[in-house]
Amino acid sequence: MATEFHNLQELRQSASLVTKVFVQRDYSEGTICRFQNKFPSELDNRIERTLLEETVKTLNSYYVEAEKIGGQSYLEGCLACATAYIVFLCLETRYEKVLKKISGYIQEQNEKIYAPRGLLLTDPVERGMRVLEISVFEDRGSGSSSPSSSMSSTGGSAR
Amino acid sequence: MPPPVGTVQPKLQCETMKTCEYQQIDPRALPTPTPAPPPPPPGHSDQREEPRGPRRKWQVFPGKNRFYCDGRIIVARQSGVLPLTLGLILITSGLFFIFDCPFLVKHLTSCIPVIGGGLFVFVVITLLQTSLTDPGILPRATPDEAADIEKQIDNTGNTSYRPPPRTKEVLINQQVVKLKYCFTCKMFRPPRTSHCSLCDNCVERFDHHCPWVGNCVGKRNYRFFYTFIVSLSFLTAFIFGCVTTHLALSKWAQGGKGLVFALQESPGSAVELVICFFSVWSILGLSGFHTYLVASNLTTNEDIKGSWSGKSGEDVTNPYSHKNIFINCCSVLCGPMPPSLIDRRGFLPADESVQTAGVDIELPTLATKSEINVCTQGTKGLLESATLPPLLSTSCPQGKPPSAYTCPDNGPAVNSDPSPELSTSCGARHTASTHGDTSTPRHSKTRSKKSKRAALHIPNPSFDVPVSPTSPDAGPSSEARGHEGASFASLH
Repeated sequence: MATEFHNLQELRQSASLVTKVFVQRDYSEGTICRFQNKFPSELDNRIERTLLEETVKTLNSYYVEAEKIGGQSYLEGCLACATAYIVFLCLETRYEKVLKKISGYIQEQNEKIYAPRGLLLTDPVERGMRVLEISVFEDRGSGSSSPSSSMSSTGGSAR
Repeated sequence: MPPPVGTVQPKLQCETMKTCEYQQIDPRALPTPTPAPPPPPPGHSDQREEPRGPRRKWQVFPGKNRFYCDGRIIVARQSGVLPLTLGLILITSGLFFIFDCPFLVKHLTSCIPVIGGGLFVFVVITLLQTSLTDPGILPRATPDEAADIEKQIDNTGNTSYRPPPRTKEVLINQQVVKLKYCFTCKMFRPPRTSHCSLCDNCVERFDHHCPWVGNCVGKRNYRFFYTFIVSLSFLTAFIFGCVTTHLALSKWAQGGKGLVFALQESPGSAVELVICFFSVWSILGLSGFHTYLVASNLTTNEDIKGSWSGKSGEDVTNPYSHKNIFINCCSVLCGPMPPSLIDRRGFLPADESVQTAGVDIELPTLATKSEINVCTQGTKGLLESATLPPLLSTSCPQGKPPSAYTCPDNGPAVNSDPSPELSTSCGARHTASTHGDTSTPRHSKTRSKKSKRAALHIPNPSFDVPVSPTSPDAGPSSEARGHEGASFASLH
């Protein structure tokens, strides 16, 4: 892990942000938090399709777990109501616990899978759960164009 | 100057701005936003021109909210008649305890003040929770996201000079639902999300903006609101019953000397009687209405607009309902409590001052350092940090990052008078074009004897006309916005 990090650091210092790819929400099952499993075309040559799909699937399952309405959430809700919801100020809710798990998972995925490929996932909770943001960094081997020109060329190219 | 009805005018309502036209966000003009770095320690001096300490995100929040206790408490900019609500509750309960309880304890039972006290505490706590909680505000889209969305919209092949209509259709549980684009927040609103003009925020599962409570009622505080009105119904009915009992008993105890004598002896009871008599009907009606909404998993917004009533002859059903009253109630009231998405107390990232300083697009060194921090930092850092752009992407639509980003810095965005500054410098009245479809129904409880629906007194859904004496300064501008509303209403 340490050696990977060193490589990552070097990569970071010479790499720059090329573009950001967004995986949007999937509302086919209502308002629960779920991301589309559509593979963005910009990442075609950066990462294997299955890896990203696996990540998104796992994230979706975490969100399902967080928003599950069942015995435990009812208990939590009734207890909270009985205490005039003061308990929400004191205890961590199940949702928050799952969100912590999710951010740990994303960090782990970044370290193991995405950073070595010059990508970075941003936790959706930092984007208001609207999108899963994937930052694409310039691959060291892909060219030595200066950062600003690579940015403008990316911005200008039609998708 | 209102556009003609029927035309699609996705441009922004910015009379104060000269360049008031449709402009695509140019990704090249955007500075390089970085993924969320963790907050630097307060003594960190490795930043360009940092005259003040690290700032928290609530200080640059673009919506019209006010924050207290260093971001712990959030209220809408206009507190509406919340002081009146609190005052009425406190006065009525106070009079009850002073004038009626002693008599009733003597003649009936000592449970009465206990029950009354319990209800009173419950009501006040839930009222404060409703008012001071984030209702489910969605943070605004980062410039990158907004640019990405614009690209996608334009790629749908629109070649005419007119910008494309900003709606997107999705299929939810086999039901077609239209998602509208929010010009202020620069994103397609998730289902059931609406933009509140008073708070200038998109709120998830938007129910209505309640002036009595001084806040929007949305996903995160609906259960507090419901508990508040139900317990307030109980409290009002209880006090009313107790006062009536008191007067009746005292009248008989005095040997039938008359109601007037009894009232003279206990003047507080007269006040309580009047207040409770007029409020019990409207509050009971409101509780009944919201119980119906909870049981069918509807919001006031949807009910008013008739989104799922099939009025146009199509076979529409509520796609969010679980088709079972018990499950609907449980999911709305006892479901998991989602956390606040706006992260008010997080620190702004280190490169915020850099972005506000100049037009530099590329800052690789700083960017890379931030990314390293993201990778190495623990979950706490990841959770606590969010980039600058979501907060500083205010209603300045032009691709001019410096001016866009300096707006909130000028602003005492959290103090009593943010909007004039923001209006003039940022043209912050962009909520207009989003209003027609939001039709923020302001729930105004009247205190006269009316039917349950009339008690809600929702104004013309297409126009955001203030009905309650809560937002005088929103009046003129909302009327102007109402015209925009007409053009959008015609889209439906």
